[in-house]
Amino acid sequence: MTTRLFGEPVQRQEDPRLLSGQGRYLDDLGHDALAAAFVRSPHAHARVLDVDVTEALEVDGLVAVYTYEDLEGRVGERLPLLIPHPSLTEPRTAYALARDEVNHVGEAVVMVVARDRYVAEDACDRIRVAYEPLPPVVGVAAARAADRLVHGDVPGNVAAHLVEEVGDARAAIAAAPHVLELDLQVERSASMPMEGRGVYARWDADDRSLRVYSSTQASTSVRAALAAKLGLPLDRVEVIAPDVGGGFGVKIVHPWPEEILVPWAALRLGQEVKWVEDRREHFVASAHERGQLQQVRVGFDDDGRLLGLDVAFWHDNGAYTPYGVIVPIITATQLLGPYKPGAYRCEWWSLYTNTVIVTPYRGAGRPQGVYAMERTMDAIADELGLDRAEVRAGNFIQPEEMPYDQGLLFQDGRPLVYDSGDYPAGLEKLKGLVGWDDFETTRERARAEGRRVGIGLACYVEGTGVGPYEGGWVKVETDGSVVVATGLTTQGQGHQTAFAQIVAAELGVPIERVTVTTGDTRRFRYSVGTFASRAAVMSGNAVGAAARKVRHKALRIAGEALEADPRDLEVVDGEVRVKGVPSASIPLATVAVLSNPLRYAFDEQAKLATQFAGTADLSRPPVPEGEEPGLEATGYYSPPRSTFASGMHAVVVETDPETAEIRVLRYCVVHDCGTLVNPMIVEGQVHGGVAQGVGGALYERMAYDESGQLLNASYMDFLMPYSTEVPHIETDHLETPSPLNPLGIKGAGEAGVIPGMAVFAAAIEDAEGFRISRMPISPSELHDLRLRHAAGEVPPLRRHLRHHDDQEDSG
Amino acid sequence: MKPAPFIYHRPESLPDALAVLAEVGERGKVLAGGQSLLPLLAMRLASPEHLVDVNRVPGLDGVTVEPEGVRVGALARHTRVERDGPAAEALPLLRQALRHVAHPTIRNRGTTVGSVVHADPSGEMTAVLVLCDGEVVLARQDGERRVAAPEFFVGPLESAVAPGELATSVLFRRPGGRTGSAWHEVSRRHGDYAVCGVGALVTLDDDRRVVGARTAYVSMGDTPAVLDLVDAVGGAPADGADWAAAGRLAAGRLRPDADIHASAGYRSHLAQVLTARALREAAGRATGVPEAA
Amino acid sequence: MSEGAPVNAPETLHEVTLVVNGVRRSGSVPARRTLSDFLRHDLRLTGTHVGCEHGVCGACTVLLEGEPVRSCLLLAVTVDGAEVTTVEGCCRGDGSLGAVQQAFQECHGLQCGFCTPGFVTTITAYLRDHPDPDEPAAREAIAGNLCRCTGYQNIVASVLRAAELRRREGA
Repeated sequence: MTTRLFGEPVQRQEDPRLLSGQGRYLDDLGHDALAAAFVRSPHAHARVLDVDVTEALEVDGLVAVYTYEDLEGRVGERLPLLIPHPSLTEPRTAYALARDEVNHVGEAVVMVVARDRYVAEDACDRIRVAYEPLPPVVGVAAARAADRLVHGDVPGNVAAHLVEEVGDARAAIAAAPHVLELDLQVERSASMPMEGRGVYARWDADDRSLRVYSSTQASTSVRAALAAKLGLPLDRVEVIAPDVGGGFGVKIVHPWPEEILVPWAALRLGQEVKWVEDRREHFVASAHERGQLQQVRVGFDDDGRLLGLDVAFWHDNGAYTPYGVIVPIITATQLLGPYKPGAYRCEWWSLYTNTVIVTPYRGAGRPQGVYAMERTMDAIADELGLDRAEVRAGNFIQPEEMPYDQGLLFQDGRPLVYDSGDYPAGLEKLKGLVGWDDFETTRERARAEGRRVGIGLACYVEGTGVGPYEGGWVKVETDGSVVVATGLTTQGQGHQTAFAQIVAAELGVPIERVTVTTGDTRRFRYSVGTFASRAAVMSGNAVGAAARKVRHKALRIAGEALEADPRDLEVVDGEVRVKGVPSASIPLATVAVLSNPLRYAFDEQAKLATQFAGTADLSRPPVPEGEEPGLEATGYYSPPRSTFASGMHAVVVETDPETAEIRVLRYCVVHDCGTLVNPMIVEGQVHGGVAQGVGGALYERMAYDESGQLLNASYMDFLMPYSTEVPHIETDHLETPSPLNPLGIKGAGEAGVIPGMAVFAAAIEDAEGFRISRMPISPSELHDLRLRHAAGEVPPLRRHLRHHDDQEDSG
Repeated sequence: MKPAPFIYHRPESLPDALAVLAEVGERGKVLAGGQSLLPLLAMRLASPEHLVDVNRVPGLDGVTVEPEGVRVGALARHTRVERDGPAAEALPLLRQALRHVAHPTIRNRGTTVGSVVHADPSGEMTAVLVLCDGEVVLARQDGERRVAAPEFFVGPLESAVAPGELATSVLFRRPGGRTGSAWHEVSRRHGDYAVCGVGALVTLDDDRRVVGARTAYVSMGDTPAVLDLVDAVGGAPADGADWAAAGRLAAGRLRPDADIHASAGYRSHLAQVLTARALREAAGRATGVPEAA
Repeated sequence: MSEGAPVNAPETLHEVTLVVNGVRRSGSVPARRTLSDFLRHDLRLTGTHVGCEHGVCGACTVLLEGEPVRSCLLLAVTVDGAEVTTVEGCCRGDGSLGAVQQAFQECHGLQCGFCTPGFVTTITAYLRDHPDPDEPAAREAIAGNLCRCTGYQNIVASVLRAAELRRREGA
C-alpha cells in the first residue's frame, strides 16, 4: 500500500546501517593503505629556511618524505582560487606544501607517508624545519590598522573591498529625525564536525585510473580539481564521498592541500595512501569563520521605520582566500533580512590575518548580517520606547509585496529578489509561542524571587537553493527496484530518505524499493555540491524531474503493453494499472524489461515479459529514433534565482545576579522553508542549527593570542555545547511555498543557527539592562560588563531607566 | 594524535612495580587510570621512554574507612569511591566533590589517587585532599614515605612524587567535631574543569556556634589553596553567620590567574560568592550532624 | 624534540586478547596502540568512532566489563583479557536493532551518525542501571557525549523511548 510519502516524517533508510556500526566513513576504508601525516608550522608568520629530514629517515616503517621541492608541475603551483569576484582584487592562495613562507600556525610544510599513522607521526617529530619568525598580524583590528602586513605585496591587508548602494543612505540618514550608531563585534568560531577531514586514494596501474574517497561536500569538484592538478583525463578520476560525519561548511573547501597531495603520493608510490585528519589538525589546518567588526549608522522615523542604513564591516579572512569572499558578500546582502531598509549602503573590507583561512560555516555570513540588523532593530526600539516586535513588524516586507527586489546582487550573482514569505504571520506565531506579550508578568514574578530574566527575538531571511544546477538520475531495474543518484553529497541531512520519498511519491513505488546514492562521481557526473541550504531544493527537484520522465516513459510503454491510453493509467505500489480496473496491470519491473529489447532472457523477469511481446508495433524499430533502452532518465533543475526561506527565533534567558551564569529557559523557533519533504528531517536540521547558535552565542570562540597561537586547539578548551547546555527547542512552522520550483521547497539546512548570536544578545541585554555589542559572551565577560556598567562605562538601556523611573514614581 | 613509542611494562605485583620504577627512574611514567596521561601522550606533550602499567598490581583498589579517615587505594576508580557507602558516610565531601569530576564515563576509569598525583590545580580531589589534611603514601623499592597534602602539591601539574616512587594510597582525614561539608563550583559546561571550585568544612560546637570554617580552592592558583576563615564567622550561630564576610575575606586572600575562560577578577568574585554558598551549606549540614565521636 | 623509545627498529608487539561482543578476538599490537585503534583497525570493528583522541567527545565510548569508557584513552594492552561491548554488540542476536538503536531510529536521534555509537553504548549501560529516567535525568545521562548535528533534542527523546521499549520487552 503506497501511502502518501511526500511531506511525511518517514523514518530514515540510512539509520539501521549507521546504528549498527556498519557506517563507512573515510577511516573505515583502506585499512591496508599507507598513512600520511604532516609537519605543520608552529609559527603564525615565518620564512621557511631549511627542512632537514635526516633523523626521520631512520624511522622504521617510513616510506616517503615530501617537501615543496618534490612537487612537480601543477601540483607545485598555488592552490586555485575557487570563486573569483570583482571585489577580490588581492586574492592569495597557499602552496600545497609551504614554499618560502608560512602564514598561519598549522600550515603544511612537509608530508610524510609511512606504514601507519603512529609511525608517520614519529617521523614528523624528527623532521627539523628552520624558520625565521616574522611579526604576525592577529585580529581584525590589527589587520585593519595594518602596522604590519600578512602578505608583503597586499597593501593594508585588504584582500577585497566592496561598496553596494541602493538609494542614498547617507542623505537619508542626514535628513532622518533620529540617528543611531552601533559598534558591534562577532568573534571567530568554526564548523567543527565530529568527523574531521580525510582522503583515501587508490591508483589502479592496470586501468590507469585514480579513485579517491574524500570526506567532502563537493566530490564532483574535487574530481575536476584532481584531474587538472594531476594531469589526468577527467574520466580516469573518480571521487566518492563515503559516509561523512558532518560538514557544516568546512568540507566544501576544495581542493585542500591534502586532497591533492595524498592522491599524488598514491600515484608516485603505486600504493594506496590515506590521510585521516586528527582533531588538533582540524583546529589549525581546516577553516574557521564568523569574525567581523561592524559599524552601523541608521536613520529612522518616530515609528521606528528605517529611512537609511549605512553599514561598514571588516571581515577576517585568515591567511589565504582559496574560497573567495563569499562570506562577506552574503553578510552584506542577507543583512537586510525581512525588512525594507529605505536607502542602504554597505561597505566591507575582507582582511588578511596570520590565522587559519576563513570559509563558510553554516550560515556563511548570514549570522553576522542578522546580528548587525537585529542589534539595530533593538536599539531603535529602545531609543523610541517601542516594543521590539512592533518595530520589526513596521519594517517588514508585506506578503502582498512579494516578489520583492532588494536591488542588490546575491551570492549567486543574480538579483536579490525574495520570492515568497509571510513575515507578519511568522512573527505572530512566534509571539504566541513564546508568550511575548505576557512577558512582563514573567519578568515581575522572577524579580520578586530575586531572579533576573530577559527575552529577545530575532528575524532572518535566508537565500537558499542557489544554482547553478543539480541533476538526478532515476532508473527502474528489471526486478522492480529503483536506483537514484545525484551528484551532491550528504553529511547527515537524510538525503537517502528525502530523495527516495520524492521519487517514490512521483513513481508510485514503495519507498523501501528506492535506493539513493549521493556524492559519487561514478554514479552521477554533473553537480555543484552541498552548501547554502540547497540540496533539497536542487537535487530534490532534479530527482523529481527525472522520476517524472521515467514515469512518463513507463506509462507509454505500459500503455502499449496493456493496449490502453497512458492517460488512463496510474502507478500504485509498483504496479502500472488502468484506473478503476486493477486487474489490468503490469508490474513496473516488467515495464523495465520491455523498455530494453534484448534478445536474451537472463532471468524470470525477462521471461515473464514475453507475454507482452505480441503487442509491439512491428513497423517501428525496437528502439525508435530519439529513444533509449532502459526505464531510466536524467533530470536537471536550474533555478532562475535563489528561493528565500525565513524564520524568527525568541529566547528567554536567566542570568545569575551573583555568578553571571547564563541559563536558557526557553528557545522558540518559527520557521518557513516552504513545502516540507520530510518534517522530521527538517526539524532535526533546525535543532542542530539552534545548538550551534547556542554554542556561537555563549561558548565557542577561537582564542588566538597576539603571536597567532591558537590557545584552545582542543575540545577541552574550545567549548561546544553538551546536551546540558542546549535547551529544549520549541518549534512551529509556516509554509509559504516557493513559486520557483515544482516541489515548492526552500532550503532549511542553515536556518537554526542564523539568528543565534542576535537573539541571545537581545535577551541578555534585556535581562541586564545594558547594551551588549560583542558576541559570544561568557559569564566572566558578562560579569566584567556589569562592573563597567556600574562604573558608568557601559550605557544602560533606556527602557530600564524608564522602568526604574516608573518604579520610583509608583513608590 | 598518536603517542610516541615507549617500552611497556606490566608488573603483576607491587615489588615488581617498584623494581621497574626504580630502574627507569625519571625515564618512566606510571599508567593507572590514564584519563589525564593518555591525552598528554596523544598530543606528545609527554613522551616517556617507559610506561609502567600498574593496573594488574593487586591490593591497590581498596576504599577503606579507617579511624583517621578514608583511605583510597591507587587503583580505586573515581566511580568506585563515589559509590562507596561507608566512605560517603564517613566523609561526605568525597562524594560531594567527585560528582563534579569530569563525566561519569571518565570517572569509570580515572583514579582518585591518579588525579591527586597529577596535581592539576583544577582537579577537585587535590583541593579535597588539602582541605582534609590528607596525606599521600609513596612507596619505593626500599620503603615508603608519607607526604602531607600541603607539601605534596609543588606547582601546577607538579607533585612531590620522586622518580622511582609509586603513590599507593591517599588518606582523606575526617574532620573532627560536629562538621559539615560542601562543594560548590562554577564551570563553563557540565563536567568541565571548574572556573572556580570551593570545598568547605564548617565545624560547630554544642551550641551550634561556628568554631571552624575552612575552605579549599581549585582553579584559583598554581596549587590548591586552603584558607582558614574562622576569623570572619567564628562564634556566630550556624544560621546567622556572616558568610558573605567570609567570602570577602577569602577573595582578598586568593591570587587567581586569568585564562581564556575567565578573568582573574571574575575568579575572585566567584570565590567570594561560592565561598559564602559553600560555607552556608556546610554549616547547614553540620547542624544535622549528631554529637561527634 | 625526540623522546620516547627508539624508533629505528620495529616496535615490540604484544599479544592482546579481548572478548568483544561475546567473541574472543586477538591481535598483535605495539603497546601504544589505543583500544579504539585496535578495535577499528586490527579487529575491523569500525562502528566505534574517533572524534578527538583526547577523551572529550565520547564518540569512542565502548563498554568495558559493562561500564562506559573512552576507548581512545585506553591502551589495548592495558585491557588485555577484558570483555568489551561495542555498538555492533548492541544489536540483537539476529542482527536486528536493539532497543536503544530502534529508539534512535524512531526518534530521529541521529543525522550524520558519527557520534551515535558512543551514545548507543553509553545509553545502553545507563538504562540497564536506571531503567526509568525522567527528561532531566535522560539529558544529564548523555551530557558527556558531543553531537554537532542533532542539538540533542531527539537524542534525549531516544533515551526515553528506549526506556519505554525496554519496559515493553520486560527487560
